[in-house]
Amino acid sequence: MGVPAGLVIVHEMERRLGNLLRAGVSLAAVVVLVGGLIYLARHGHEQPAYQTFRGEPSALRTFAGILSGAWELRGREIIQLGLLLLIMTPIARVAFAAYSFTRQRDWLYVGIASIVLSLLLYGFLGSVSLPI
Amino acid sequence: MNPSSILTLTLLVGGGSFVAGLLGAMTGLGGGVVLIPMLTLGFGFDIRYAIGASLVSVIATSSGAAAAFVREGYTNIRIGMFLEIATSLGAILGAILAASVNPMWIGLVFGVVLLHAAYTALRPHPQELGIDLPSSALAQKLRLDGSYPTAEGMRTYYVRSVPAGFVLMGVAGVLSGLLGIGSGAIKVLAMDRAMKLPFKVSTTTSNFMIGVTAAASAGVYLGRGYIDPGLSMPVMLGVLAGSLLGARLLAKAPTRQLRLLFAVVIAVLAVEMIYNSLTGRI
Repeated sequence: MGVPAGLVIVHEMERRLGNLLRAGVSLAAVVVLVGGLIYLARHGHEQPAYQTFRGEPSALRTFAGILSGAWELRGREIIQLGLLLLIMTPIARVAFAAYSFTRQRDWLYVGIASIVLSLLLYGFLGSVSLPI
Repeated sequence: MNPSSILTLTLLVGGGSFVAGLLGAMTGLGGGVVLIPMLTLGFGFDIRYAIGASLVSVIATSSGAAAAFVREGYTNIRIGMFLEIATSLGAILGAILAASVNPMWIGLVFGVVLLHAAYTALRPHPQELGIDLPSSALAQKLRLDGSYPTAEGMRTYYVRSVPAGFVLMGVAGVLSGLLGIGSGAIKVLAMDRAMKLPFKVSTTTSNFMIGVTAAASAGVYLGRGYIDPGLSMPVMLGVLAGSLLGARLLAKAPTRQLRLLFAVVIAVLAVEMIYNSLTGRI
C-alpha cells in the first residue's frame, strides 16, 4: 500500500512542530535559569515563606509588570518572563498547526485549530492582562 | 521540612523535582503525581503554589518529549487537535474552579486521582483489540483514522466512540486545570478504551496534547498570582532535567519493576493526601 501524498506534508508539518516545541522550551529554560541565578544571588540568604498563601503581586502576574521588571533585570520578573515564554510555546504550536492546515486547504481542521487557539488565548490574555 | 534560607530551599526543591521528573519519564506516569504531594506534604507549601509550579513543569516536559515522539510518526495530529477543544475548555474550567473551591477539596480529589493512577500503572497494557473494526461515521467525517509504523510496515487503525472520548477528555482537562497534572491516566482511558486507538498512538498523542492542556490553565494560574517564580524555577528546571535524563535511560531501565515501585509510592501518597485533606492540613 502506497503512502498517500497528503501524509508526506503531514509528516513534514509534524517535524516542524517538533522543532518549534523544542526551541520554545529551550529558550524558556535559559531565561528561567538566568532569572533564577539573579534571584538567588540577591535573595538566596533570606528566609523563605511559602507556607501561607498570599498570591503574587501584580508585578508578577501581569504582562506590564513582568516586562518592566525584567527590563530592570529583576530576578523574579525574569523567571516569570521565561514562564510566559513557556506557556506561549504550545499556543504558538497550535497557531502554526492552524497555518499549516490552511496551506493544505483543510478547512475543517483550520476551524478546529482556530477554536483551540481562541480557547488558549482566552485563558491566557483574559487572565494575565487583567491588572486586578 | 523547614529550610532556613531560600538557597537551601531552592536546592532541595530542585533535587526533589529532578527525581520526580526522572521517575515520571521512566515510568511514563509523569512527574506531577509525585511532585505535588512532595511540595505540599514534604515541604508544607500551600497546594495552590504547588499546582502552579507543577503545571509549568508539565508544559516543559510534554513539549520536550512530544518533539521526540512526533518524529517517529506515532502521533495523530488530527485526533490531538480535535480533542484539544475538549481538554483546553476543561482546563480553563478546572483552573477557574481551583480558585473558588476550598483547598481541602482539591487535596481530596487529588488523592482519588492518584489512587486511580496507581491502579492504572499496575494493570498490564490494554490488549489492542478491535482496532480493525470499521470506524464510526463521526470519525470518518473528521478524518481521524490513521496509520502507524509496526515491525510489519505501516498499519492502519480505525477510530470508534468519538463522543465518549471527547467527553472523557473534557474531564481529563478539568482535572488537569484543577490539580496541575497531565492526567495521562484518564487520557489513555479515553483514547485506548473508548476510541480504540493503538497503545503507542494513544500515549504519544496524549503526550502531544498535555502541553496545550496545561498551557490553557497555566495562563489562568499566572494571571491569578498562583505561579510563584521562586518556587516554579527549581521545579521547572529540576523536572525538565530529570525527564530528559529519564527518557535517555528508558531503554536500559527495568521499566516493569519501576512502574510497580512507583505505583506503590503513588498509592501511599494518595492515602496521605486524602488523610491530610480530611484532617484539614491541606
